[in-house]
Amino acid sequence: MVLLNMIEIRFHGRGGQGSVIASELLARAAFAEGKDVQSFPMYGVERRGAPVTAFTRVDENVVRDKSKIHTPDIVIVLDMALLDSVDVTEGLKPDGKVILNTGKPPEDIDLGIDNPKYTVDASEIAVKHGLGSKVAPIVNTAILGAVVKATGIVDIDTLVEVIREHAPAKKEENAKAAKEAYEKVRGE
Amino acid sequence: MSEMKIVSGNYASAYGAKLSRAEVVAAYPITPQTEVVEKIASLVAEGEMDAEFIKVESEHSAMAASIAASNTGARAYTATSAHGLALMHELLMWASGARLPIVMTNINRAMGPPWSVWADHHDTLAQKGTGQLQFFCENNQEVLDSVIMAYKICEDEEIMLPGMIVEDAFILSHTKEPVEIYDQELVDDFLPPYDPDYKLDVDQPLGFGSLGMPDWYMDFRYKIFEAMEKVPDKVEEVNKEFEEVFGRDPGGLIEEYKTDGVDVLIVTMGSISSTSKDVIDELREEGHNIGLARLRTFRPFPVEKFRELIKGVNVVGVLDRNYTFGHGGDAAREIKDAIYGYHDPIVKDYIVGLGGRDLTPKILKNIMEDAISLQDKGLDEEIEWVDLKINQERWRR
Repeated sequence: MVLLNMIEIRFHGRGGQGSVIASELLARAAFAEGKDVQSFPMYGVERRGAPVTAFTRVDENVVRDKSKIHTPDIVIVLDMALLDSVDVTEGLKPDGKVILNTGKPPEDIDLGIDNPKYTVDASEIAVKHGLGSKVAPIVNTAILGAVVKATGIVDIDTLVEVIREHAPAKKEENAKAAKEAYEKVRGE
Repeated sequence: MSEMKIVSGNYASAYGAKLSRAEVVAAYPITPQTEVVEKIASLVAEGEMDAEFIKVESEHSAMAASIAASNTGARAYTATSAHGLALMHELLMWASGARLPIVMTNINRAMGPPWSVWADHHDTLAQKGTGQLQFFCENNQEVLDSVIMAYKICEDEEIMLPGMIVEDAFILSHTKEPVEIYDQELVDDFLPPYDPDYKLDVDQPLGFGSLGMPDWYMDFRYKIFEAMEKVPDKVEEVNKEFEEVFGRDPGGLIEEYKTDGVDVLIVTMGSISSTSKDVIDELREEGHNIGLARLRTFRPFPVEKFRELIKGVNVVGVLDRNYTFGHGGDAAREIKDAIYGYHDPIVKDYIVGLGGRDLTPKILKNIMEDAISLQDKGLDEEIEWVDLKINQERWRR
């Protein structure tokens, strides 16, 4: 994929879902493909279950911008219940994409905007591969597989390799979850 | 082999201490510094770092243990943040008075109340008179580079003073970006082992920290003054040597970014500088004769360098990520002091980003355009607080 401008990505999840690790794994994958990268959490009072925001920047040139991401190109929602309390599409660029963790097809999701939407049941995939529990699945690697398919930001093989090297635990299961979500994502 | 890794500013600090072969690390955890200590503890536990890791009960004790270690001739390292640094205050002065080249990382964090864990330079600048050298970093690579260089500068026999590496809370400490982790042999060639002339040694007992009678104390202080006066040249010298060995220029006393013959000079410290460079490029493309000076070494203050740099400049816009109670920000005040009697540009102090308030390219552009406008309209306000709730509309438009 040819990047002409910086790509800015925002993750919305809850403490325990792995949003911060997801932002880091995506950065590592883009770096492995020769891009400059930056990955950072919005640090507040992190605890299990609380809303968490994390960010990734990817650029062909050196990333010098050290401000937060206010106008993302890609928004990733790890927990649909956040839609009730967080304006996840705030500042999303007019052609920006949204990737959501849900079993519903994209056309059934109303975000009040016309931007392209993609959906994948990352929770189901995570549970299937033994990542977290049914009540608290760790969906970060599964959703990344969907992100890669929806945006082409990196090659799926690069992502899988990075997950195998850097996932904090259950490396193979995480890699499989990413691949399965890559195949199953719906939209556009 | 040197290796590129994606690491946080905190890990960059820890790797800097490891590569510098710090022999004693005494530290107490505090947000957002905790990862520095965790990483070093794990490097020591896994046998990757040959150091004595001392768990202490406070930051005051962390610096006390570092002082004792340094007195025995060991290379000492510690790290802290904000309230932890404030608690060290007494011993920061002991370290400099005792001429102990302890290197520490301070993660810049706002002082409470109101309670805050986010970026603000007040904690570091409140310690500006303690005899610590202070190096402000722009990115994680520079954090690692600065730890290594700081030992070389601080341990120089003409200097022998402690130093602080300063990185912005979260914006550097918890942000991961590519950092080159150098080959140990390369660092060993650059940084020789610490071997002071005088140290605690049971075979050759010496007294340390004894009484300085009025007919001696002042002369000891003069010795520190002399050493401080030598630091600027030493910083530039070590910076040059670093560039030759590692192929990277961390910026010396002041990094000059497109400053040749500029009409308007913006002065920044820390991570704001990085975002500001994008904005400087944009304004130059629009035809403005503007450049940026990144103040990297705050202590000692690079007085001579500012006198050179500000010659011919019409407006100096200083971005102070601090309000040190009294009159505006520290950097603007020191710059005015440095150029007094030499140059007379308009100097405007912008108070920005306190307690981690985000500094977007848009806000920075509005600040720089304001500085440019002063060329025609003259100085409006000596000190202006940027992006407050009462004036956000103006700075975010």
